[in-house]
Amino acid sequence: MAHSGIDLLFQGQNFARFLQGFGVTLRVAVITLVIGGVLGVVLGALRTLNNRPLQVILRLYLEIFRIVPTVVLLFVVYYIVPQVFHLEMSGEMVAIVTFALWTGAEMSDIVRGALIAVPKHQVESAQALGLNRLQQFRYVLLPQALPVALPGTINLATRIIKTTSLLLMISVMDIVNVGQTLVEANGHKHPAFAFWVYGIMFIMYYILCAPLSWWAKRIEKQRLERSNG
Amino acid sequence: MAEALLSVRHLEKAYQKNVILKDISFDVHKGEVVALLGRSGSGKSTLIRTLNGLEPFQKGELTFAGQTIVPNAATWLQLRQKIGMVFQSYDLFPNLTVLDNICLAPTKVAKRPRAQVAPEAKELLASVGLAEFAQRYPRQLSGGQKQRVAIVRALAMHPEMMLFDEVTASLDPEMVRGVLDMMVDLAKQDMTMIVVTHEMNFARQVADRILFLDDGLITADTTAEAFFTAPPTASAKEFLASMNF
Repeated sequence: MAHSGIDLLFQGQNFARFLQGFGVTLRVAVITLVIGGVLGVVLGALRTLNNRPLQVILRLYLEIFRIVPTVVLLFVVYYIVPQVFHLEMSGEMVAIVTFALWTGAEMSDIVRGALIAVPKHQVESAQALGLNRLQQFRYVLLPQALPVALPGTINLATRIIKTTSLLLMISVMDIVNVGQTLVEANGHKHPAFAFWVYGIMFIMYYILCAPLSWWAKRIEKQRLERSNG
Repeated sequence: MAEALLSVRHLEKAYQKNVILKDISFDVHKGEVVALLGRSGSGKSTLIRTLNGLEPFQKGELTFAGQTIVPNAATWLQLRQKIGMVFQSYDLFPNLTVLDNICLAPTKVAKRPRAQVAPEAKELLASVGLAEFAQRYPRQLSGGQKQRVAIVRALAMHPEMMLFDEVTASLDPEMVRGVLDMMVDLAKQDMTMIVVTHEMNFARQVADRILFLDDGLITADTTAEAFFTAPPTASAKEFLASMNF
């Protein structure tokens, strides 16, 4: 029987390197989600204010990060920022900065949508009780907006995980880059090896994203059931 | 008579060119219950909402407890602690239990300790027969129960005056009685109240005075008895006939 290449996966450091790649992917995704998430909540809240210049700026920010492909943004930060600002940044750092800015933009839209979905009467009722702007936000608006924003946020998290595959482009050793290297090193001798490598990648991404996706669907369904009840 | 708790002088409000309130002047004395009556669109809800700053106004002067109200955000923030308001749509906060709904403003706005506020809140709840609902969420309550909690929530701030904006208008008929009874009790305890309502029997029974609003103008300011036995204007007569009570 021809050598299928599956045993190569477990030869030497190969599998350990795969797990390391998995770790890098996970780390970048989690840090991005935390930083981008906080940025998004702040920007989303600012976008509900009646301040025209601020709205134009924040809208522009959102549109730029939504329209320009993430890979282009990544290259801009990777090649241009270090030269212009004389900043030394690791590839991983560059990726986190870029992805966090992108996540913040997307997140601001989710948060804004959830905040304006809270009925106006709720705010008036809080005002009538003497709550100031910050208190209205903290005790009334945010707690009601978060459940609405959660499914969209979880979906965004899966998009972040998938987008980390772009780390390959700036030579960070994530899952895809590790796999690519393994295939390049062994592929000419064992053409079927690529099948196993990409199979592992498929499974690793699936393990990361599927539960999130399932969770998002579940809480959205719960929320709809509750709001109807 | 003693000095008025609330004085409204020459109040005017417009949305762009559309004048909603025209030269409104009236006084409310301590312990008085004033019912604001009028057809829909006559401006009564707008008027009551200007009295705690939810609607801005363009002209006129408001005085509360002897102090002229400078209509800015900081003043209203202060005054809303003294002027409670309850709305048609109850607007309990769905993310908080009944008890937390009531304790929120006293603890966060008035900065009173929760250990002092919570027992008082429970007492207030018990007084309106809702003691066992303290730990429930608003969605587990009927409309009438929610509205009674909303009133308790406003009272927990120890307001000097209460504004009621059509608080029974969206309740099922069998729920109306309980809420009105609660307001009758409040009136008996000498709470100063301004009430926008379509419940004519209630207005007649509880109100000391009736203000009748007609197209943004106060066309009658008289005792309840006089208003209902001999409506002072043709428009008021027509209005009462249409209410069919």
